[in-house]
Amino acid sequence: MACNGSSSCQSGCFAGGDEEPENGEIHIDRMSSLSVSTPKDGRTSCPKCGEETAPQNPSPDGGLCLACFRASLFGKFKLAVTANSMISPSDNVLVAFSGGPSSRVALQFVHEMQCKAQKNFDASRDRALPVFGVGVAFIDESSVSSITSDEVREAIREIGVIVLELAPPVKELHVGVLESSCFAGSDDGRERLSGLLGTIGDVTGRDDFMRHLRMLSLQKIALENGYNRLVLGSCTSNIACHVISATVKGQGYSLPADVQYVDGRWEVPVVFPLRDCPSRELSLLCQLDGLKTQRFLDRPSSGINGLVSSFLARLQEENPSRERTIVRTAEKLTPFSFNKIPETESNDILAARRRRRAQSAKREESIHSEVLCPVCSSPLDLSESQSLKTVLSSCPTRDEAFAAHCCHSCNLQILPNESLKFSDFYSLLPQPMMERAKDIASANQAWLRMIYPGVQLSGKHLQRQLVSQWF
Amino acid sequence: MGCHKICRECFYSVFEEEIHRAIVDNNLFKPGERVAIGASGGKDSTVLAYVLSELNRRHNYGLDLFLLSVDEGITGYRDDSLETVKRNEVQYGLPLKIVSYKDLYGWTMDEIVKAIGLKNNCTFCGVFRRQALDRGAALLRAEKLVTGHNADDIAETVLLNILRGDIARHGIYSPNAYRGFAREFIKDLERIRPRAILDIIRSGENFRISTLTKMPEQGTCERCGYISSQKWCKACVLLEGLNRGLPKLGIGRARAVKGPKKDVVRGHTRPETQRSSLESKQCGSLDF
Repeated sequence: MACNGSSSCQSGCFAGGDEEPENGEIHIDRMSSLSVSTPKDGRTSCPKCGEETAPQNPSPDGGLCLACFRASLFGKFKLAVTANSMISPSDNVLVAFSGGPSSRVALQFVHEMQCKAQKNFDASRDRALPVFGVGVAFIDESSVSSITSDEVREAIREIGVIVLELAPPVKELHVGVLESSCFAGSDDGRERLSGLLGTIGDVTGRDDFMRHLRMLSLQKIALENGYNRLVLGSCTSNIACHVISATVKGQGYSLPADVQYVDGRWEVPVVFPLRDCPSRELSLLCQLDGLKTQRFLDRPSSGINGLVSSFLARLQEENPSRERTIVRTAEKLTPFSFNKIPETESNDILAARRRRRAQSAKREESIHSEVLCPVCSSPLDLSESQSLKTVLSSCPTRDEAFAAHCCHSCNLQILPNESLKFSDFYSLLPQPMMERAKDIASANQAWLRMIYPGVQLSGKHLQRQLVSQWF
Repeated sequence: MGCHKICRECFYSVFEEEIHRAIVDNNLFKPGERVAIGASGGKDSTVLAYVLSELNRRHNYGLDLFLLSVDEGITGYRDDSLETVKRNEVQYGLPLKIVSYKDLYGWTMDEIVKAIGLKNNCTFCGVFRRQALDRGAALLRAEKLVTGHNADDIAETVLLNILRGDIARHGIYSPNAYRGFAREFIKDLERIRPRAILDIIRSGENFRISTLTKMPEQGTCERCGYISSQKWCKACVLLEGLNRGLPKLGIGRARAVKGPKKDVVRGHTRPETQRSSLESKQCGSLDF
């Protein structure tokens, strides 16, 4: 899921602060039936460690004490990281920080992991395993949002303080301005961006398009600064929202690409270590641990995305594990070959050892090449690939070729209908999106074969090449 | 369809042509077949009855069509809808057969309610209704059964399956609160983006389901021969309880009961043939 951090999903994720108390009451109600509580002097004993503590308000599910609650969340994070080889000692990790609770926790946990690695490094005699590096990225979208630039400046200052406090080891903060990273080298980035968004008539389409731009910016920051992993704080709630909204948008085929732990479609692979943590728990942890978040930066999702969020929030009230069930359902769909960390790029000993272990499993997996939509990077399904093939073999115009290369969903909700608007849209597109389609059209012959399995060059490789050319 | 503004006459012809295409492209019928049209008196089945009789005439399908209605035996409940179905019988010249729960199971719903009280009788009604059309069609020696399931119903099924964790399954009868939410959600969606219904179906058709995904096993009930994943089908379990004076038998823990094995969705064509179950309908909804 190319969604930056936590706040893209509204209601499934509580933004923190004001909304918490009423949720807290719900937890306490549930807790009373679950936990072993001793009524005398109001202290409760944690059902896990047995330690008696003063009750938290609001308190975690199951009546856990703060330490056990933290440990259980960190455990989920760590399991996701290790089981999917997200971070290895030689890596340089960029954490996307939106200011919301999910990405705040992601940042915190990555930091703790780094501290531990540092401690081990200092204590070891041979110092064979290096400590992975961590950086933080924040995308300034003030040019196209209702937030004033003063507010953003203040937020950036506060984020700077947060990042500064998370040292040692020292972390660098990269602030990317959306328009300048999307339209590198052009002076009128701001106008281009608002012009581009103006050509998209559908509210939901615009919302999704912003998400794709955000991902491009994050990739650019990561590439320019030598990072080889991008950590997003997408939590269970975000992913559940995405499952439903992708289904509603007709993206059933590409859906499994977006809901895994790893998304290797990008030059810098994207990882989702908080995939198994519900936003409710992440917000609670921020509150209990006093982790500062930037609530006013929340991007309220609109159109269908907003509707899905409120629908899920309602379902969640009826059954608190509904989000988890939805993500589990989506897990039954077959992931794509790019949904894992690429094998070739890590060269340390541990990775080599891991590789050997993974090899037997890998051989069985057939290598399938996928053609990716230049706008949203979704793999095209069979009918989309076939109609693309038909269009490309009929000497299409530039616009026709581009439209044919985009997925069904982008064609309907992002690409403008009128040809005049379409030309505007196309001419304003950030270069990587345009290049992806252009290059594929010029590599017509070789690429047409790619639609069918059995040809070596995959869509992912092509896309990676393109992204590197651009930067 | 739907996006363009067209006049009434053109709408009719486009609509009918679309259904004709769906029937021809999917080889739904063979000439000479006896086809039962599940008729509830609601809009979907009324439209279905009209269009099918019209297309049968116009394109010479050569089908022997008749209307099939189910009477649960609830005093005063079916009167209106049965009146509508009787009108359809005259209007479209299709013979009407009404099968009652009494014919099929030996019990009317009124008798069941008397035996088990007002609670839990929804289970009986739902399970019995799901099989009633099938059993009725078999009773009348029909080769095919068509129901008026529409695109909205199928979209709802796709969504509900995701919400409850069944990507490749179809059909546990469970009247839950989220079903109501899901309906409302679909209505809201349609308001923002009418195409969304068809997009949901598109998603359902395109899901990459691994061949390793466990599909529910399909067998037949040892007692009545109806499709069942268990030794006895749910209706037989419930009937056994009723007949032995233990009406609570088989209620609760409905997890083990599985519907017929099917793909997630069938496509958005209006008439659905063959053994279609009605589990996506809310209890009390008469539209089939």
